[in-house]
Amino acid sequence: MSTPTVPSTRSRKSTVFRRALALPQAKIGLTLTAVVVLLAVLGPWLGPWLTGYDTTGFAGKPFHSDGVAGTDGLGRDVFTRFLAGGATLLLYAVLATAIGIVLGTALGMLAGYTGGRLDSIIMRGNDVLLSFPQLVFALLAIAMLGPQGWLLVLVIGITHAPRVARVARQATVAVKDSDYIKAAQLYAMPRRRILLREVLPNITGPLMVELGLRLTYSIGYVASLSFLGLGIQPPAADWGLMINENRIALVLEPWGVLLPVLAIAVLTVGTNLVTDSLASAAAGREKEAAA
Amino acid sequence: MTAQVTLTHALEVEDLRVNTLAGSPVLKGVSYSIAPGEVLALVGESGSGKTTAGLAALGHFRRGLAPAGGTVTANPRDGQSVEVLGLAERRRRALRGHTLSYVPQDPALSLNPALRIGLQIAEVLEAHGYGASDDERSARVAEVLGEVGLPADEDYQRRYPHQLSGGQQQRVGIAMAFACRPSVVVLDEPTTGLDVTTQTLVLRTVSELTTEHGVAALYITHDLAVVAAIADRVAVMRGGEIVESGTVEEVLRRPSHSYTRELVDAVPDLDGGGELPTPDADAATLRVTDLSVSFGEHRVLSDVSLTVHSGECLLLLGESGSGKTTLSRCVAGLNDDHSGSVELDGTALAASTRRRSADQLRAVQYVFQSPYSSLNPRRTIAQSVEVPLEMLTDLDRAQRRERVGQTLDKVRLSRELAQRLPDQLSGGERQRAAIARALVTTPKVLLCDEVTSALDVSVQATIIDLLCELRAELGTAMVFVTHNIALARHVADRIAVLRGGEIVETGPVDDVLSDPRHEYTRQLLANTPRM
Repeated sequence: MSTPTVPSTRSRKSTVFRRALALPQAKIGLTLTAVVVLLAVLGPWLGPWLTGYDTTGFAGKPFHSDGVAGTDGLGRDVFTRFLAGGATLLLYAVLATAIGIVLGTALGMLAGYTGGRLDSIIMRGNDVLLSFPQLVFALLAIAMLGPQGWLLVLVIGITHAPRVARVARQATVAVKDSDYIKAAQLYAMPRRRILLREVLPNITGPLMVELGLRLTYSIGYVASLSFLGLGIQPPAADWGLMINENRIALVLEPWGVLLPVLAIAVLTVGTNLVTDSLASAAAGREKEAAA
Repeated sequence: MTAQVTLTHALEVEDLRVNTLAGSPVLKGVSYSIAPGEVLALVGESGSGKTTAGLAALGHFRRGLAPAGGTVTANPRDGQSVEVLGLAERRRRALRGHTLSYVPQDPALSLNPALRIGLQIAEVLEAHGYGASDDERSARVAEVLGEVGLPADEDYQRRYPHQLSGGQQQRVGIAMAFACRPSVVVLDEPTTGLDVTTQTLVLRTVSELTTEHGVAALYITHDLAVVAAIADRVAVMRGGEIVESGTVEEVLRRPSHSYTRELVDAVPDLDGGGELPTPDADAATLRVTDLSVSFGEHRVLSDVSLTVHSGECLLLLGESGSGKTTLSRCVAGLNDDHSGSVELDGTALAASTRRRSADQLRAVQYVFQSPYSSLNPRRTIAQSVEVPLEMLTDLDRAQRRERVGQTLDKVRLSRELAQRLPDQLSGGERQRAAIARALVTTPKVLLCDEVTSALDVSVQATIIDLLCELRAELGTAMVFVTHNIALARHVADRIAVLRGGEIVETGPVDDVLSDPRHEYTRQLLANTPRM
């Protein structure tokens, strides 16, 4: 007999995924996300190869030229910069989301499972953090320490954590009194192991939804901070930054703004649709379990 | 009641077919009819289609189901007969609660927790335009509360559902169903969650109301003993069909269909019981001394003392709230907030599992009430059974696998089933898996907390048989916690009756059942419905 651990867990998770995938909004969402992600990942290589220009160099063409999308105010090829501008944004967003989810889940599960004073301390601390708008908090930190990539990722990740923690705590509280947790206590299973092996696999539904939601927000925040000049710094090509740089010429040369705006919009709508379908698939499973 | 031949049936269901939206049949041509004043019991195990057949009488189908043929005709006492399935939903809604009414399984879920009960009953009357004035309606509310045996005064009507006991809530549910003087009442397992004493009261209320007001009642249940107590006629369902029907006397005493016979035989009976293994009387394996537990002000257990000998089965009997689960959790080390001591083979056990040795943890095992929540839904059965070995023994992986395999064989679960996740198994299979998990460490004491109450009767019987066999084979001492005194002779050597946190009576099963000393035990015995 093969080791049953891995395949069974995977098959179980895939039922939520599969049910989510059966929904039309999931298919649309996944397609939209995939298109933008592919564009962002391949873009930095694809751009110079397609257009023959690099992202920062002067394209040597007049403003408003015959390129695919023209050049910007500094004469750089807009299409090349657009293709290159998603990679960093996406990377930062994914990393920030990962930090937020891991940190938030750990705190939330600990608070929810332990209860009592530890729960109060963690969750009240959480409430304090929650009272700051996420973007303001990020602006504050970056204004103080300077616009650096790692700081951007860290700050967005940390500000996600309390929001994730709330969801993780609630989900944990819902399963912690189940008899299977009691059974684990019966064998004196250590708390860490109960959390990782008994609780965590049973709260993946809501966490997955949270993951999608936080990813959507992360994209928005990284783009916003770059737009404000506190994220990715010039002369790097970045969608958020491009919108800011080219907005003055919006009427004359709209592509410099429109392309990145479109990409960010399609990406967030896409991740949002996927999240939505995951949420309804997970909720469906919970309904089944309750019946 | 059955002797009366009535010309018109209050409800006639003919050749009713119901399919899922995907097209697979749920009901395959079900016919039944009920006369005014008659109680028809619809019996069957979960999945037999009894609830679907019952709800169809109201013209209601659960989501995902649709009628595929047949008729449901209601003949109200004072009005024209109607074919319910042919009506528009709006007209059907007008019938429901008025001519056709319904008592749900769990009153705690069906009553509005934010509305005073008097108002809730009045709401039904108002919705159906019963009575000409508010005065008339409030008079009816008081009257119907009296009819179900509840106080009708203003104070009582101003209570919220949470201020009532389970039995009272269910009687409010019944009052709502009877408020508009319906012709047909469908009762969906209304006593499932209730204690025997309360169950007797509720059954009596239903019985009186139907006879007195000439109401045709359809009583959906899986409990044949309840059927014997309340019904005039029975229809036995299996796989979406009625396999046998007739008067209670005929069906329960002389069942003609093999399935009915199986069901009847599976019902635990106070008098019945097979050969039980004789315990080893000299060694007290488990000794509980002066155990007390309080939750805040509320004292759940006071000075409870028990002994269980090696190889013996003690039936710990108590109704909900008696403290029986708390007691067994204290023994298992799941509740460490207590005074008094728990000893195993003469050594005191620490209150919490965290401070017990691996030997001690292996020696005391626990089977939970509901197999639907006691197995981690994300683990296969084999993995779940392996966990105690991982935590409590030094066996390596191959040895653990072997032990798991042996134990699964003992509870007769195939290796193939063991590779599945819990939700791909039936309730009985899951409970056997849970028993395997408890037995895999070869415990000296096995605590079984209401292990049969979440299961169908016939499954219940196989689980009881299995436990008895295993006990004989392994010599494990057992504490069998239950509210069902009818199981006593089937499983136990001795019995301890718990009430309000105190043991009121204890002794060998035969002595206690044939000559109960305590008034409470006598009451329990009297209230237990018999076939």
